[in-house]
Amino acid sequence: MRLNVKLFATFREGRFEIAELERPDGSTLGRLIDDLAIPRDEIGFVLVQCRHAELDHQPASGDTVSIFPKVGGG
Amino acid sequence: MEKILRINLSAEGGPKTTLESIGKYAGLGGRGLTSCLVSDEVDPLCAPLGAYNKLVFAPGLLSATPATTSSRLSVGCKSPLTGGIKESNAGGQAAAVLAKLNYAAIILEGRTPGTDLWKIIIGADGVSFEKCNELRGLGNYDTVAKLIETHGEECAYMTIGQAGEYKLGAASIACTDRELRPTRHLGRGGVGAVMGSKNIKAFVLKEKDARFAKASDPIKFKAAALSFAEGMKRHSVTGQALPAFGTNVLTNVLNEAGAYPTNNFKTGQFAGASKISGETLAALETERGGEPTHGCQRGCVIQCSGIFHDKDGKYLTKQPEYETVWSHGGNCGIDDLDAIAMLDRLDDDIGLDTIETGVAVGVAMEAGVIQFGDSEGAIRLVKEIGEGTPLGRIIGSGAGITGKVFGVERVPVVKNQALPAYDPRGVQGIGVTYATTTQGADHTAGYAIATNILKVGGFVDPLGTAGQVELSRNLQIATAAVDSTGLCLFIAFPILDQPDTFQSLLDLLNSFYGFSLTGDDVTALGKRVLKAERDFNARAGFGPADDRLPEFFQKEKLAPHNVTFNITNEELDTVFNF
Repeated sequence: MRLNVKLFATFREGRFEIAELERPDGSTLGRLIDDLAIPRDEIGFVLVQCRHAELDHQPASGDTVSIFPKVGGG
Repeated sequence: MEKILRINLSAEGGPKTTLESIGKYAGLGGRGLTSCLVSDEVDPLCAPLGAYNKLVFAPGLLSATPATTSSRLSVGCKSPLTGGIKESNAGGQAAAVLAKLNYAAIILEGRTPGTDLWKIIIGADGVSFEKCNELRGLGNYDTVAKLIETHGEECAYMTIGQAGEYKLGAASIACTDRELRPTRHLGRGGVGAVMGSKNIKAFVLKEKDARFAKASDPIKFKAAALSFAEGMKRHSVTGQALPAFGTNVLTNVLNEAGAYPTNNFKTGQFAGASKISGETLAALETERGGEPTHGCQRGCVIQCSGIFHDKDGKYLTKQPEYETVWSHGGNCGIDDLDAIAMLDRLDDDIGLDTIETGVAVGVAMEAGVIQFGDSEGAIRLVKEIGEGTPLGRIIGSGAGITGKVFGVERVPVVKNQALPAYDPRGVQGIGVTYATTTQGADHTAGYAIATNILKVGGFVDPLGTAGQVELSRNLQIATAAVDSTGLCLFIAFPILDQPDTFQSLLDLLNSFYGFSLTGDDVTALGKRVLKAERDFNARAGFGPADDRLPEFFQKEKLAPHNVTFNITNEELDTVFNF
């Protein structure tokens, strides 16, 4: 399946801002993050189609996945 | 920090000062002190721009110490914008100087007769008053430059620009930062108008002989301060994200979450968001010789601020905050960082709340005064505020008045104060805060974004109604307490996630004052402050009908989630059930 993956803030370093990735059908967000070499303990939150999702979530083909490190502001 | 300085501007023969002991207000600082004093002393039915309103400045409980992020200043009054109680908060250097001069609070009451403008000079050698009509009509940058010629660089300055002189509802009070630039504002609620109504153009706060106060237990204090600073650096938000990208890191966050108010709260995503994101801003600043990492106050280890240079590599303004980039950016359909930075510069110079101003411009766009996306038009409108034209006075009076003048229905205000950069339909928890806080639509008062979006302090689904009232209530209570310490609200990220850092905060207060505060005492302090504020508002005539969002948030669905604000009125009315 194809996912539209977006990385933000420090996660872009050494990786990309946005990329269309070919992923195994039924694979989880957790596996995507591991494959991107993003340490799981650095994850702030992940959005799939603009909704918060946990790492065991299985995105559908064509989904947009937005991955953020721990960020904040006001 | 034992003394309260009372300044009676109406006194016969010129302004008179009296020095009072802190008395029954011992244990209060910052917002706690301003709100209790305003609630006790100001007639809630007074005319906000009249002689019976008071302007109360208070540094925080820890502002006289070397603890990191401790130079936050609160100012309180009856707001000419909301008609209710107001606490407005700023960083920069002013709080530290006032606290180190041993002032717990400065109460400005009455009004000087006539139309002369005055400056108030406060130092270790006393308090004096001088006319300063030569500063009339000057923006904050020129005002500070002229004051530096007379009083030097070893000062912190608090000034109003033209907006405060015109007594406009969006008028702020500027505090100088470490580079003596008027970039940190006591922004919300028209506090600059109150200062202008008393004919005060500037405070000169002299640092000479201002000293750190002595802790009750200096050894424990030093250990607590080190541990607290380490906690700030250890947490990813305060230790990495904020120094690298500043608050504008939130542009992409809210946009991806579909809660980024676009074109006057019409939709939840903005096509140009990436162009004005924190990532883009930081890279642009670095490229032009600016600085993406900068502290607004000495000793801050978070350093969320920055320096923005123009296309020619010259200083233009401080790194615009998320709220400013949103209000002048996506809220107005503008995706040009240079235009946004210019608007930030103008807001700082004229002395305006960037949120109120940007939302007012957005309402003007809704009315067709200019088109959404017209950055030149937006700059022209804001310049008119500084010029005092009739249109400028309308915009400078805030979003509510602008909406009334132009017959706009979709006006995003609560208690007549403009909503900040988070759509309540996309983040239901912040909607509860906007509706119910005593301050009018205010995001910092109970920053539900942390838990609804950022997963700090747990997670509550932003689109659901479950848990939102409790979340907002708990955050409003905790925030009222933090706002009393003089510490930056961004400490909330570490203290919500790291119990040892929360303990360091208690240790700072206890070792400095000789208290034995626990977490329960912090909660009790927050509740005490909120009760004083609610009491003032009730006496000012506020009731449940004022704790509501504008109708369109319940009726219009927000794309992309196609959601309305769904917290019921009955639920909203339970927020303050303590």
